Amino acid sequence: MIRSEPPALLTGSFSQASLLRLYHRFRALDRNKKGYLSRMDLQQIGALAVNPLGERIIDSFFPDGNLRLDFPGFVRVLAHFRPIDDEDPGIRDPKEPEPLNSRMNKLRFAFQLYDLDRDGKISRHEMLQVLRLMVGVQVTEEQLESIADRTVQEADEDGDGAVSFLEFTKSLEKMDIEQKMSIRILK
Amino acid sequence: MSGRGAPGPRCGLLLALLLALGALPRARGVEEQSGGASQGFQVVSFKWHHVKDPYIIALWILVASLAKIGFHLSHKVTSVVPESALLIVLGLVLGGIVWAADHIASFTLTPTVFFFYLLPPIVLDAGYFMPNRLFFGNLGTILLYAVVGTVWNAATTGLSLYGVFLSGLMGDLKVGLLDFLLFGSLIAAVDPVAVLAVFEEVHVNEVLFIIVFGESLLNDAVTVVLYNVFESFVTLGGDKVTGVDCVKGIVSFFVVSLGGTLVGVVFAFLLSLVTRFTKHVRIIEPGFVFVISYLSYLTSEMLSLSAILAITFCGICCQKYVKANISEQSATTVRYTMKMLASGAETIIFMFLGISAVNPRIWKWNTAFVLLTLVFISVYRAIGVVLQTWVLNRYRMVQLEIIDQVVMSYGGLRGAVAFALVVLLDEQKVKERNLFVSTTIIVVFFTVVFQGLTIKPLVQWLKVKRSQHREPKLNEKLHGRAFDHILSAIEDISGQIGHNYLRDKWSNFDRKFLSKILMRRSAQKSRDRILNVFHELNLKDAISYVAEGERRGSLAFIRSPSTDNMVNVDFSTPRPSTVEASVSYLLRENVSAVCLDMQSLEQRRRSIRDTEDMATHHTLQQYLYKPRQEYKHLYSRHELTPNEDEKQDKEIFHRTMRKRLESFKSAKLGINQNKKAAKLYKRERAQKRRNSSIPNGKLPMESPVHNFTIKEKDPEEAPDYGAEMGGGIEFLANVTQDTTATDSPSGDTGSDVPLTGRSSPPAAEKPPLPARSQWPHAPSPAPPAEGPPTEGPPAEAPPAEAPPTAPPDREPGAGPERRGLPGAHARSAAARRVHSRRSFQRPRARRRPALLKLSSLPPSCHAPPHALEQEETPL
Repeated sequence: MIRSEPPALLTGSFSQASLLRLYHRFRALDRNKKGYLSRMDLQQIGALAVNPLGERIIDSFFPDGNLRLDFPGFVRVLAHFRPIDDEDPGIRDPKEPEPLNSRMNKLRFAFQLYDLDRDGKISRHEMLQVLRLMVGVQVTEEQLESIADRTVQEADEDGDGAVSFLEFTKSLEKMDIEQKMSIRILK
Repeated sequence: MSGRGAPGPRCGLLLALLLALGALPRARGVEEQSGGASQGFQVVSFKWHHVKDPYIIALWILVASLAKIGFHLSHKVTSVVPESALLIVLGLVLGGIVWAADHIASFTLTPTVFFFYLLPPIVLDAGYFMPNRLFFGNLGTILLYAVVGTVWNAATTGLSLYGVFLSGLMGDLKVGLLDFLLFGSLIAAVDPVAVLAVFEEVHVNEVLFIIVFGESLLNDAVTVVLYNVFESFVTLGGDKVTGVDCVKGIVSFFVVSLGGTLVGVVFAFLLSLVTRFTKHVRIIEPGFVFVISYLSYLTSEMLSLSAILAITFCGICCQKYVKANISEQSATTVRYTMKMLASGAETIIFMFLGISAVNPRIWKWNTAFVLLTLVFISVYRAIGVVLQTWVLNRYRMVQLEIIDQVVMSYGGLRGAVAFALVVLLDEQKVKERNLFVSTTIIVVFFTVVFQGLTIKPLVQWLKVKRSQHREPKLNEKLHGRAFDHILSAIEDISGQIGHNYLRDKWSNFDRKFLSKILMRRSAQKSRDRILNVFHELNLKDAISYVAEGERRGSLAFIRSPSTDNMVNVDFSTPRPSTVEASVSYLLRENVSAVCLDMQSLEQRRRSIRDTEDMATHHTLQQYLYKPRQEYKHLYSRHELTPNEDEKQDKEIFHRTMRKRLESFKSAKLGINQNKKAAKLYKRERAQKRRNSSIPNGKLPMESPVHNFTIKEKDPEEAPDYGAEMGGGIEFLANVTQDTTATDSPSGDTGSDVPLTGRSSPPAAEKPPLPARSQWPHAPSPAPPAEGPPTEGPPAEAPPAEAPPTAPPDREPGAGPERRGLPGAHARSAAARRVHSRRSFQRPRARRRPALLKLSSLPPSCHAPPHALEQEETPL
């Protein structure tokens, strides 16, 4: 779904200044001036090494087993985190695809971090893996499993033991995703 | 009164001390008389006069410190009332007592003491622990508020007061326009001491904090200039001021501010340079930091430049190099001493502010003047903030919102700087000096006590209003936290807050020139990004691991799950040390763990569902890793870095590095090791847990290695080391720990990688391989390698997760007890390697053996490490 977007729309959504800034950032991350980023480039960001989801985030920059991340791809992923403009909805043509920074797309981005096998569902196992990443070692495996079970059960409405994207959005409908998944500097 | 809040004995002690202080001057008089009378040799003589001054000072410090203990005995009081307010009130009480005993205001806060002894430690502390990155990231905003805001405050307050004076509301005062402007300029500046004291207790976001804090530090230049200019104008007399003088005033602003900054930077350079050569005089190392910084303050005072700016920038600029240069103990000493001095100075300042107020001679009341001053400073501050923010928000990446503006306006506290400046005024020149003094005291007390008291509820109220409270569901809690992590990761990738281009340039310059001059050679080396080093080491491990295999003739030993020797040692054979491991652990590890757990879970669920629910929430609440923003350490005058974060960072770092190593290997060897890694991880978790309860609970497989290394090579690190497991990663963690311990308190110093540090990680050595003998020999029938080498997206899925792309028929065939093994094996190889590497404390000079070994690789594996570093290409 990321690929299908026309690039013009993407560049249009960022302001010129932000694009320039992101480009500088892109160049700075690109250590050997290759013109693209490799996983290694992103892994060099120290803060990511202590981010429990750091590796998954890096993965999300390299969809479909790609090894290279070019600038449009870089911007495309970051575009998910653009704050939602207040003026936007009025102007937008309803036939156009939803902008990347819409609530749905923000959620979808998060969902894909969980859904490793891309089957459109977060299985109990996948939930457990994320939990493992995010919880300190003090918690026992049993506790983790129990938490994973509960989490899945809580969101699972059709009883298939997994959380579909719809169920995922439903379980988070009260949450202010627009605000929580936006970075103010990405305009 | 607040002193009374403390339990009786302490209060009594304070009172006794005070009475003693009051009584001492009289005692002195008596002593002097008797001393004059007797001429002969005295065995014991009472020389009060001899020790009087230092004695009194020491006693006051003691009183202030005891008072502080007293306040903190009651948690309730300190959580509501800021300490500064408590101290002022205490000062008032003490002043009253001294006054009652003596009828002379013998102890006041004199400008000399304040500017020469009390202020420098506070400002140095602020500079030395300044979160540099945050500070420079917001420098523009800070400067605007500090310069324009202060000028605005001074001008509007002075002019408005003058306007009201002209209207006759204040009655008859012997003041002119210039006096009002002078007063305006000294009351305009937000005070660093007061602001910090209050903001530290109110938790606002870091950007807001740094803006208010930075403003209060940097506006000193403006205050000094305005104050000097108007004082000289007042001295000259209003009619003699010419346009040239005004221009001179403006010029002097630039001279004072830039000059002060320059002095600070020069001294910072000196200081860094000096600490580079203190290797053999470790014990006085910390002294240099204080003495040279203090000299910067005095020098710029001498040149009538902004002393506060000088010492601030001295602290800001030297912190990186000093921290890298001085030994860890010295760094700790510096940290604690600085905090102690600053905290003590602050305590004394506030107490003496209170005491100084009890002096009828300085009081001159003018209701209109006092009240109007209060109104004007608050209103104009608010207006100024709103106007400037409006301008700023058009340029800022991070917008300042309404709530920020409210806090900023309300947090404009005035403090001891204003008081000291107003006391400095010459009564001959400024006729209404006493009115100014009393008004300043009122303003300071009002802002510190009243605003300080109410700012916390205000912030809470505003925040509560913004988000209604609701018990979050499990999903929301978990995903919410995940979103926080995602967001902070994306922030890191996208480069956070602007200025990156400049920052990159600067860090380049720093790396190329400054660090070379100012840092010890050893420190320079270890400042290389630790991640790089780790990566390199890990890659080398992986490569040589393969190389070993190749030398043995086959890679099969890696691919095959049947590294049976290990299996047997590990699980199947009855172990002599089974006592250590609980039965349930064995069960969980070897048989179908999930099933067991599920059953027990079911049962429990039926019975005590609610309690379980609560427990789950609680567990999550307690153990979910905190996102960076939440724990990011800001400047705090009274506290040093918390350790929790380091632990968390270490844990995650641990995992990440392990995963990267695994993922590298799987990409390299075309094996999907995910299952193994997951298993391995699971075991690690269990292991860690058990270790906390069973001190000696190591996996038997692990113990020989550990013991070997520890006993032979690394006795000093054995205690904490042997308790954990995890091999190479642990080594990483150890280094990280060192790093964070030495480097963290100020936040990172401007580079992208917070994990830079000075503990030199032992360089890669290919040891004589004590491990080799334990390596499993390739088993006879190498089973067919599972899957094509390129199976699955190589290195895409982090290996700790088992993506379903892994062929499902693999594991079942292998049998449960085999599962953990290849992973364990892989780890133990790396672990041993790193173990032995760690144990050799001699760094460097080690690359060569590794390369030799590399050259023995078959062509397929013959990728030089640096090439691999750049890009992973699956073979």
